[in-house]
Amino acid sequence: MEDNVVLYIDNHTVVVPVGTTILEAAKEIGIEIPSLCYMNMKDLCITNLPASCRICVVEIEGRKNLAPSCATRCEQGMKVKTSSLRVLNARRIVLELILSDHPTDCLICPKSGKCDLQRLASRFKIQEISFKGEQSQYEVESSPSIIRDMKKCIYCRRCEMMCNDVQTVGALGAVNRGFTSTISPAFRKDLKDSECTYCGQCVAVCPVGALTEVDHTNRLLRDLADPSKTVIVQTAPAVRAALGEEFGFPPGISVTGKMVSALRELGFAKVFDTDFAADLTIMEEGSELLDRLTRFLDGDKDVCLPILTSCCPAWVNFFEHYFSDMLDIPSTARSPQQMFGSIAKNYWAELMNIPRENLIVVSIMPCLAKKYECAREEFADAGGDPDVNYSISTRELANLIKRANIDFNALPEEDFDTPLGESTGAGVIFGASGGVMEAALRTAYELYTGETLKNVDFKEVRGLQGIKKASVNLKGFELKIGIAHGLGNARKLLEDIREGKSEFHAIEIMACPGGCVGGGGQPLHHGNSILLKARSNALYEEDYNKPLRKSHENPYIIKLYEDYLGKPMSEKAHHLLHTHYFNKSE
Amino acid sequence: MNKVKSLDDLRKMRESVRASLDLREKSDHPDQMVQVKVSMATCGIATGAKEIMNYFIEALNRKKVDALVTQTGCMGYCYAEPTVEITLPGKDPLVFGYVTKAKVDELIDKYIKEGILLDDILPITYTVVKPE
Amino acid sequence: MCCGTGCRASQSEQIIANLQEILLQKELQEEVQVVRTGCFGFCEKGPVIKIVPDNTFYTEVKPEDAELIVQEHLIKGRKVDRLLYLNPETQEHEPDSKHITFYKKQYRIALRNCGFINPENIDEYIARDGYLALGKAITEMTPEGVIQEITASGLRGRGGGGFPTGVKWNFTCKVEATQKYVVCNADEGDPGAFMDRSILEGDPHSVLEAMAINGYCTGASKGLIYIRAEYPLAIERLKIAIAQAEEYGLLGEHILGTDFSFDIELRYGAGAFVCGEETALIHSMEGLRGEATLKPPFPSERGYNGFPTNVNNVETYANIPVILLKGADWFQQIGTEKSKGTKVFALAGKVNNVGLIEVPMGTTLREVIFGIGGGIKDGKRFKAVQTGGPSGGCLTDKHLDRPIDYDNLIQAGSMMGSGGMIVMDEDDCMVAMAKFYLDFTVEESCGKCSPCRIGNKRLYEILDRITKGRGTLDDLDNLRNLGSVIKDTALCGLGQTSPNPVLSTLDNFMEEYEAHIIDHKCPAGQCKALLSYVIDPYKCTGCTLCARNCPANAITGERKIPHVIDTKLCIKCGVCMEKCRFGAITVQ
Repeated sequence: MEDNVVLYIDNHTVVVPVGTTILEAAKEIGIEIPSLCYMNMKDLCITNLPASCRICVVEIEGRKNLAPSCATRCEQGMKVKTSSLRVLNARRIVLELILSDHPTDCLICPKSGKCDLQRLASRFKIQEISFKGEQSQYEVESSPSIIRDMKKCIYCRRCEMMCNDVQTVGALGAVNRGFTSTISPAFRKDLKDSECTYCGQCVAVCPVGALTEVDHTNRLLRDLADPSKTVIVQTAPAVRAALGEEFGFPPGISVTGKMVSALRELGFAKVFDTDFAADLTIMEEGSELLDRLTRFLDGDKDVCLPILTSCCPAWVNFFEHYFSDMLDIPSTARSPQQMFGSIAKNYWAELMNIPRENLIVVSIMPCLAKKYECAREEFADAGGDPDVNYSISTRELANLIKRANIDFNALPEEDFDTPLGESTGAGVIFGASGGVMEAALRTAYELYTGETLKNVDFKEVRGLQGIKKASVNLKGFELKIGIAHGLGNARKLLEDIREGKSEFHAIEIMACPGGCVGGGGQPLHHGNSILLKARSNALYEEDYNKPLRKSHENPYIIKLYEDYLGKPMSEKAHHLLHTHYFNKSE
Repeated sequence: MNKVKSLDDLRKMRESVRASLDLREKSDHPDQMVQVKVSMATCGIATGAKEIMNYFIEALNRKKVDALVTQTGCMGYCYAEPTVEITLPGKDPLVFGYVTKAKVDELIDKYIKEGILLDDILPITYTVVKPE
Repeated sequence: MCCGTGCRASQSEQIIANLQEILLQKELQEEVQVVRTGCFGFCEKGPVIKIVPDNTFYTEVKPEDAELIVQEHLIKGRKVDRLLYLNPETQEHEPDSKHITFYKKQYRIALRNCGFINPENIDEYIARDGYLALGKAITEMTPEGVIQEITASGLRGRGGGGFPTGVKWNFTCKVEATQKYVVCNADEGDPGAFMDRSILEGDPHSVLEAMAINGYCTGASKGLIYIRAEYPLAIERLKIAIAQAEEYGLLGEHILGTDFSFDIELRYGAGAFVCGEETALIHSMEGLRGEATLKPPFPSERGYNGFPTNVNNVETYANIPVILLKGADWFQQIGTEKSKGTKVFALAGKVNNVGLIEVPMGTTLREVIFGIGGGIKDGKRFKAVQTGGPSGGCLTDKHLDRPIDYDNLIQAGSMMGSGGMIVMDEDDCMVAMAKFYLDFTVEESCGKCSPCRIGNKRLYEILDRITKGRGTLDDLDNLRNLGSVIKDTALCGLGQTSPNPVLSTLDNFMEEYEAHIIDHKCPAGQCKALLSYVIDPYKCTGCTLCARNCPANAITGERKIPHVIDTKLCIKCGVCMEKCRFGAITVQ
């Protein structure tokens, strides 16, 4: 019994392991103590525990003050009351205080219906705020991806924790004191002038409407209504694994077919798949890996290893800011979004005889950094026309579907258009941490060894562990790979490389916890890691059911090389599918 | 200065510094020096204790009185700053409050030179612990 | 002759005049000198005369007693029994004040060297037994033995909380770790408090010595003094003291030839009040935002850089060497049952003798304010005293005879705090006072938890409304409810105590709140918005001086005709009243 403690919560006897918090213990017996700042993603070792909102306070017999249940550990014989009059009064007053410094324009708030504070106010039936007074005033500030409206901030510090502790980006931090405390980039800079990578994890955890995404839905609706424009769409792999959540599907149900139908309903001329571009990415990135590897094995001392994946735009921003001395290490391959844009606006437009200026390429992404990525100058033609015109998030798509009166649940399942809609299972798993590397291994193995890979499932690279390691035997050569998700984990691997201690030949990095399934553009996870696991599983299941599971077997990819690009890493491929990086460290 | 190497060393050292300080304070030899302590904590300095101390040294020189002027911490009489403690050989220390430059001259001319008491003596309103 | 304000009020100047006249008559002016002294701190028995060199102490002297004193005492050498101090315990007259301490209510332990030694000379510290306690501890005692002695002495933290010092040391001592730290909290932030600064400026070595003793007990080899950068003199003297102690080998490697090594560094704070809270202080030293975190873990388990850390305040440390030299039994005898030793206070506000004082625990507020403090300035009426700074509450005349100790003050709705003691008189508005402290807390809150960040702001806003005559009776309920919830829910000590000034004034001065709200009047005449300046038409000569000086052009009137103040325009600056040569302008 030494590892357990017995305590009494609201007259229930509870036995929990030592170290359990009161909040957790109460949950086990069905008592849901309300909380606001608290966040705990145990699988990912991500916790926000400032114990500062004071909503979850409870009464503990023998203690002078109320205690925050989120951070107070159970003790032997403790007697806890979670809903005494004293507790309820304190909770209501604290909530009223928070609301007294919060705009009450819920009806027109982007987070309306998804706001934790709104939910609490409703749960407590707050209809009047007794303590009116000065409210914090801040200008709404916009960046290419993220909008900050600090008037709505409740100072839960989740974003700060994500940005500093998890992502180690350090763009957001607490400034000022007392009532004027707020979250801001250093020196009150705008987010766009800070080190922000636009990973959007701050948005994903913000319980209120203080952090939201830049919304392109109205722009899209205008373009769709313009008869002179051909509007085509690409959808990233992780979108299909989460979109259903917005329509009442349980987490982990892939809604690919319905999503395709919905996009057609919305009026897109073609519904394509970023997964196609993911297969293309594997061809380029995989070839680059093999090229570096071969040179390395031939004794070339100048070859840069490990090679790093470059699909994730937040990750690209991160190393441009913090590892600008190592810009030659990442693969030069563009991200799937940008490869798609480039192929669509060059190859496909030519094929379909659509003038570039009349073609609008829209991407549906689980990501907010993608909004920034498609606006990068190097991804536009000489006239400044971007390869991908703009990117909208999974959340924005869900909203568009609702706005267009589409009954998502009743939609038939449809297939993507060809040729840019065809993909293999390798492309699908790009949305989960480890997926890019797994896809690359499937192709690299076969290209390098010339043999058929019998088991395509590399299970050791899957899952939510922050840093994963694996090795693959390529005909006697041990290829060592590392995988990191979350930029803090990425930083560790990068620092090893900088110090010459890295054991890896190839590293996959995704900025968001869990990979793109946990992206900043997805239905908000608010710290719920169960969602991330379910979404990844949906992708692996879809991969499992695909007839083709290796990128280099995608017939349309083969055709693209035959008809247009020549070989991977050909001059044309370089021009259209590769990029270079910038030093943003100053 | 050599390091103090043991507790005994420290005790010996205490006796020797004590003796030299006592010599200065307790002796009633007329040639012994007058001792002046100026309360020089932040509060004292803010009310001009630094200037008073400088003036004291200058005035003593000018009036050719041999005295040792040192600084010390807060005496606690915030209401009467600047404060100065004067110890004449063989006599109990006296603390004077509200010290101005004019008062310094008066203190030297009357109290230090002739032993005549002056206004604004601050009575010691406390006892101090004596450790050993 | 005591010429403190109290004695002056009871005709000490007249006594001097009489004495001098009689001395002149008797031609004794050459032999006997009448000197005015500062306050003896014995105002309740004033006027007081002390005759030297025989140290006779006369109390409650009247002007007509002058002749008797000259005739009997000075000429005949016979003490005037009637005027001698009557010891209330023995019912005997005390003829000699030299070795009796009946008027000496202060006892200096923590301040034992302040004002005596040159703080920049380690020899003077050593002459007064400096570093002897450290020597004794590390050569003759075990760490457990020292901790036991400190625990037995009953010393409690002087920073405000009053946690038993020995127990705290024991916590840190017991945790196994490769590194431990001793921290001195010198982040003194209460408005008007300067106890720690004075100790550091006057006797820096006592703190260094105690930290080293603590290091020996807890197993730490590193000491850090967290001091606010606004204390340049204290910093300077600490630096000198550290250098001298190192030179003497009293800090550093192998102190006094033992295996014990200890060194001390300074860390500077930017003067945030919340950094006086130990977790916030540690975060600030780590280079993080000065914010409190939830305890447990306590610093003794996980403190500076994650290592066990013992944090004590300056005054607590200053007591340590004496306790070790004189023993726990001696210290035990001073103070009250649960609060041992003495406490240093920075006595400020409307008392005559503002100053730094040290009194045994158990001394009453009356003895402090009316004795040592010399009573209220300008003969005004005592109204309240705020102890514990912004975290404390106000105490009123019904608390005056309550012995000061940790538990008594808390029971009375205030707290010991670090030792700020601000005395208020009838001119001080208690609502405005509560507002002042809330303003301070709002300014100094780190902002982390909602009750403190928003709640204190709202408390302030309500108080502000009340002082401006815009309060409602509902506000009183809101103040009380909100205040108690903030106390109950705030994260750290700052927030948990911040409503005390409001709650204690509500308890003790409800009628003042009501006067502001119901009658729109500030009884103390302090809340500007509730004052109105009026010109008495019978006294006004129409000289136009007020009108010409009014910055708001609120006064109109023709020459030689009584003027009028437009109360809507009046900004209540009071210039008109100051300028009026006929006393025609009054405040209502």
